[in-house]
Amino acid sequence: MKSYTDKIKEIAKRLLKEDKVDMVIGYRKGTVPLMHQPFFATSEGEVDSFVWDSNCGLNLANYITDRKERIGIVATGCNSRNIAVHVVEGKIQRDQLYIIGIPCQGMVDRHKLAAMAEGNIASVEEDEDKGTITISGQGFSKSVDKAEVLQENCSICVHRNPVLCDELVADEVTEQTREQADPYARVREIEAMSPDDKWAHFDDLLSDCIRCYACRNACPLCYCPQCFVDESNPQWVGKSVDPTDIRTFHLLRAYHCAGRCTDCGACVRSCPVGINVRDFTKKLEKDCLELYGWEAGLNTEQRPPLDTYKPEDPEDFIK
Amino acid sequence: MKNLLEHMGVEPERLHFSWISSAESTKFVDVATKVTESVKSLESKEKKFVKTKPKVA
Ligand code: SF4
Ligand code: SF4
Ligand code: SF4
Repeated sequence: MKSYTDKIKEIAKRLLKEDKVDMVIGYRKGTVPLMHQPFFATSEGEVDSFVWDSNCGLNLANYITDRKERIGIVATGCNSRNIAVHVVEGKIQRDQLYIIGIPCQGMVDRHKLAAMAEGNIASVEEDEDKGTITISGQGFSKSVDKAEVLQENCSICVHRNPVLCDELVADEVTEQTREQADPYARVREIEAMSPDDKWAHFDDLLSDCIRCYACRNACPLCYCPQCFVDESNPQWVGKSVDPTDIRTFHLLRAYHCAGRCTDCGACVRSCPVGINVRDFTKKLEKDCLELYGWEAGLNTEQRPPLDTYKPEDPEDFIK
Repeated sequence: MKNLLEHMGVEPERLHFSWISSAESTKFVDVATKVTESVKSLESKEKKFVKTKPKVA
């Protein structure tokens, strides 16, 4: 995505030169393939490290919490929605930010690619014109269509263009409609199961979880100075890898994200064992849409539904 | 909360939400009876949210 990269560099240079911002947050090449790192450029010279391609799946809104500087930030659809959530929740002021908007074409699923590779992936090439991704390593090289290896959240994304931005790096991309994307197909599959099958599904899903908390740390919503899982007095949840403790952690973390999650997929991307923790958050997202007509981060004015009370809120579950 | 718990496989029969004032003793008895009855009526005997590993420290 050379054109995007060049444009990001150009805008970042200008912002720093004209002293419009103190730093620009974007991505630079990671130390391992498929994982670009967040990068803070504070001088024009550092700007050349910026890159843009399909490996920029971490959420940059995670790095602006409570910052006091004037910040330029690169933002896709979902990242811009998380920035909006931050503004609503008072974690950053809108006028501190200069948002460099990315009309997004989706991120590739590093877990899927790793599963396809016949060994460790040493390098990744992207061919924009053909829309292919080539992974290679010792003794193998493989090309696949990018569309086939998109992260699941990206393939069903209906907000690819930034909802909040000061300048776009390219023309907006066409959004898929909700009908085309069918974002809740997987949630419906689980909803259709019997209670015991659901239980077994989540048991299986979480069976590899090592409670490293990478999913929490990658999430821009998880900014509490002390997370409930780290507290010991009172201790809200056991700290072991007992299945009940693991499940309690995931249940509560997901609930803390209810009505705030933008389905950016950073949690899944950062999980070392590839657990799709979105199986929890996506259900809450669907409920918020159905019960409150709510989607997170679409503007900087409205408070999330679980933070407000309306007389017409559904309450038929209270007997 | 109820929806997500159900989504995870906890049966609706195990999940009850009620608003009972401290003056409503009969309502409390009613609800408690209904809760126990509906849990007992469940076919699945799988224990959910019960820790199996011994506690350490
Ligand atoms: S969820 Fe949408 S906006 Fe976010 S990275 Fe994926 S395609 Fe882009
Ligand atoms: S990142 Fe993965 S392994 Fe780590 S706590 Fe989250 S789900 Fe568990
Ligand atoms: S829970 Fe996951 S998908 Fe939702 S905002 Fe946080 S990192 Fe993104």
